[in-house]
Amino acid sequence: MSTPYVLMGLLAGGPKHGYDLKRAHDARLPRAKPLAFGQVYATLGRLARDGLVTPAGQDQDAGPERTSYTLTDTGRTALTTWLATVEPPLPHLTSVLLAKVVVSLLVTDISQARSYLVTQRAAHMARLRELTALKADPDATLSDVIAADYGIAHLDADLRWLQTTLSRVADLNKEIAR
Amino acid sequence: MSILHARGVVRAYGHTPALRGVTLNLTEGEIVAVTGPSGCGKSTLLHCMAGILRPDAGEMIYRDQRIDTLSEGERSRLRRTEFGVLFQFGQLVSELTAAENVALPLLLAGTGRRAARTAALSWLDRLGVADLADQRPGEMSGGQQQRCALARTLVTEPRVLFCDEPTGALDSLTGEQVLSHLVRVARQQRTTVLLVTHDAQVAGYADREVALRDGQVDSSGFGVEVAGR
Ligand SMILES: Nc1ncnc2c1ncn2[C@@H]1O[C@H](COP(=O)(O)OP(=O)(O)OP(=O)(O)O)[C@@H](O)[C@H]1O
Ligand SMILES: [Mg+2]
Repeated sequence: MSTPYVLMGLLAGGPKHGYDLKRAHDARLPRAKPLAFGQVYATLGRLARDGLVTPAGQDQDAGPERTSYTLTDTGRTALTTWLATVEPPLPHLTSVLLAKVVVSLLVTDISQARSYLVTQRAAHMARLRELTALKADPDATLSDVIAADYGIAHLDADLRWLQTTLSRVADLNKEIAR
Repeated sequence: MSILHARGVVRAYGHTPALRGVTLNLTEGEIVAVTGPSGCGKSTLLHCMAGILRPDAGEMIYRDQRIDTLSEGERSRLRRTEFGVLFQFGQLVSELTAAENVALPLLLAGTGRRAARTAALSWLDRLGVADLADQRPGEMSGGQQQRCALARTLVTEPRVLFCDEPTGALDSLTGEQVLSHLVRVARQQRTTVLLVTHDAQVAGYADREVALRDGQVDSSGFGVEVAGR
């Protein structure tokens, strides 16, 4: 699940209330399911329990909706580790990938974000090569081939999107360097 | 064992830099995909490695021999005898039949007519298009033309095969047929293949991928382990 990390990513820019976090989450990841307030507070509670975020601000006693949270150093480390971890290139991971890309652009510098993307892309390519080889195996059955095609098509879609994102990030880099 | 080694290859077209110091070592028998966005220098690298273009700087070494310093005539001989090139559109001669097209490189190299025709028919057969031997390119589909073009490239049994977007003009299933034939034959003959493509599905046929970006090898992130599970 990427929600805890997305919330931490949003907190990386400074303390926020649960309400702001929900709004920011839904704005950044418009295609993900809207986050329920209950889930935001439950997640913040767990993150606080694990020492990844900590309540900040004066009105702590006024109930969860009045409490703002801030990211701890431990939280920042956990977030960086998550961003640097390559997702297993299976189909249907796009939403986790999308969350990672959005968050990495939020909390890291562009060259770091780019390096995450390149690494992820390499993992996707490796899986795509495996499936292509599987398909070429003379013993492969029709259903093997069709299943491999399915995986390849989805990996290819992810790869195209990763490539486009890499190019966009590179353009961004050039703008900044100017 | 290294068969073809590009070392720090630099190439520009006028003031437009296309390659800014590319090093790429091809091992005998391997299939390497060169990928990257449009304009990153893929075709220029292929042309330099195939001895079609001369690098402005850097070295090109084929079997321990510098080839970038050879004369145009010597490089042209190398291209005819050791190398094979396949482009997006197969450049078959439209007036000739498939068999005549495939026999052509052998005839030009001095092989007798009968032997050249026999070899041509055998290559068309290996690529699954034996029944097209007496048809002209205009009577064939794009995929059939490309398989004939591949037969024509392979008939001289090149040691290194250079392919620039070989399936770029084909639909994915037809492209798959061309590529799977190409890969199978390359494995049988231990042919080294440099496969230029911007298509990840095509790159999936290669043993490894070299990504170019702005005329340089993008070396970050290759050979990573997938964490997680
Ligand atoms: N004949 C030429 N004259 C001038 N500039 C050229 C020529 N051929 C290529 N270039 C330039 O050199 C750079 C690299 O081109 P190249 O054709 O090698 O790229 P590519 O990666 O093969 O692109 P594509 O995927 O579009 O085929 C580009 O900036 C291109 O504009
Ligand atoms: Mg090109």
